[in-house]
Amino acid sequence: MIENLFPNVDWTKMLEATVETLYMTAVSTFFTLIIGLGLGIILFLSSPGQLWSNKLVNIISGAFVNVFRSIPFIILIILLIPFTKFLLGTIRGPDAAMPALIIGAAPFYARMVLIALQEIDKGVIEASKSMGAKTKTIIFKVLIPESMPALVSGITVTAIALVGYTAMAGIIGAGGLGTLAYLDGFQRSREDVTLVATIFILIIVFIIQFIGDFAVRKFDKR
Amino acid sequence: MIHLKNINKQFGVGPASISAVENVSLEIADGEIFGIIGYSGAGKSTLIRLLNGLEKPTSGSVKIGGLEISAIKGKELREARQKVSMIFQHFNLLWSRTVKDNIAFPLEIAGVRKAKREKKVAELIELVGLAGRENAYPSELSGGQKQRVGIARALANDPEVLLCDEATSALDPETTDSILDLLTGINERLGLTIVLITHEMHVIRKICHRVAVMEAGKVVEMGDVLDVFQSPKESITKRFVSQVTEPAEAKQAMAHIKDEFPTGTLIKLVFVGEQTEQPVLASLIRKFNVDVNIVQGNISHTHGGAYGTLILQLLGDSAVIEEAIQYLNENDVQTEVIGND
Repeated sequence: MIENLFPNVDWTKMLEATVETLYMTAVSTFFTLIIGLGLGIILFLSSPGQLWSNKLVNIISGAFVNVFRSIPFIILIILLIPFTKFLLGTIRGPDAAMPALIIGAAPFYARMVLIALQEIDKGVIEASKSMGAKTKTIIFKVLIPESMPALVSGITVTAIALVGYTAMAGIIGAGGLGTLAYLDGFQRSREDVTLVATIFILIIVFIIQFIGDFAVRKFDKR
Repeated sequence: MIHLKNINKQFGVGPASISAVENVSLEIADGEIFGIIGYSGAGKSTLIRLLNGLEKPTSGSVKIGGLEISAIKGKELREARQKVSMIFQHFNLLWSRTVKDNIAFPLEIAGVRKAKREKKVAELIELVGLAGRENAYPSELSGGQKQRVGIARALANDPEVLLCDEATSALDPETTDSILDLLTGINERLGLTIVLITHEMHVIRKICHRVAVMEAGKVVEMGDVLDVFQSPKESITKRFVSQVTEPAEAKQAMAHIKDEFPTGTLIKLVFVGEQTEQPVLASLIRKFNVDVNIVQGNISHTHGGAYGTLILQLLGDSAVIEEAIQYLNENDVQTEVIGND
């Protein structure tokens, strides 16, 4: 039955590609989370009137975020080829996609972290200061927990964007469902391969969205 | 306990700078409940934030228990803040933490061990009357309950001073009273010095020992609450006092009475402390040939004693009315003629 519907689909290859996509998404989401969170917190704390209010740091981090957020991802991959080659010695395979994925997504997430932190009631930060809290305590016990729902929904959106990025990276040889859909599907005119790869990508996106929504609900006590 | 000397606080520099606090000097005694009243923008929020170093004075010195708050920073300031805690108008609780964990937060900051923390939190929950709500989140509490959590949290590190930033302004009158009772109880039981800022004279009347009135960054009047109620000097103080003693409807009633009884003299009597318990009015009627019509009466209880006002319409011969007023004055009742024919 399935064989008749999708005559050209090699299911072993499809599964391998799915695992590659999941691998790229998971690892890049992890690093995006760490780097984006750090960058977002720096952006927030260095802004005027905040704990580390510092114009220079704010302008530099703000410019970095805005520049890398604005470069179209497909161009960013090409621009980063020398960097990737220097870092990993190759520009092919899932690992070679990581630098571009992370550098493309982390500033995007940093901006969402900034927005999430700006939503926190200033009074709560003031109250923590009035209790004698250190900045470190305020970051880990106030800023992050109090903005958790927004941080989680932000990383969900980012992870979904990263699934899309992995597909784009796939076109220039990163592997995964993107490569399969483009090389095996589009270039060889096997529409069924492209279709199945698309369905698999959609399923991954839905699962991420479901997990994200569930986590937001769990964290949100407002 | 608290010494403020020649405090100035400016925001911004140059011609665009705003002077929030101007040349304020205050002394607040150990165990006192000190109120600062003023309209919004009077500088009272800035002033109270100078006391825990959330704001630094542009000039002048802030001393609490011998420690120069305006000069310390870093670790020393953070430790000082554990002894000068604060509650807020909008409570400022962490919504991501339960009641219990909100109260434990300052203890975590102070590095208190878990077992000790739990014991202290249980005591505080009992103290502020929140038993049974330990595991609720702030979103599940009423305004009054949230402020109780705020108070418990502020008391966690056994502070010497409690700063209240419009602590009851977001609460309804009944809840305000219950929170004020709680604060009075804490002041008496723990000997804590309380400094509160408010725009409600009712709050000052109910719990404060002394009051400072602020206007445009300056303290324009200061003294025992009862004295300020009895003889407010500045016009802004009179306005605040009339918040409690002359409700809007009384003013309306008075205008009505003036229309109804165009004859006679309207006088306002002010009784303070013991006089409120003397039958001055009965002897007045007995001694003088005047008809007395009671327009409005009001007794307020302040921390220092009772304070009452009575508005009377006196009908009769004007010479006799003069004498009657004279008699009242001799009996230490302040009188003020507020309108006659």
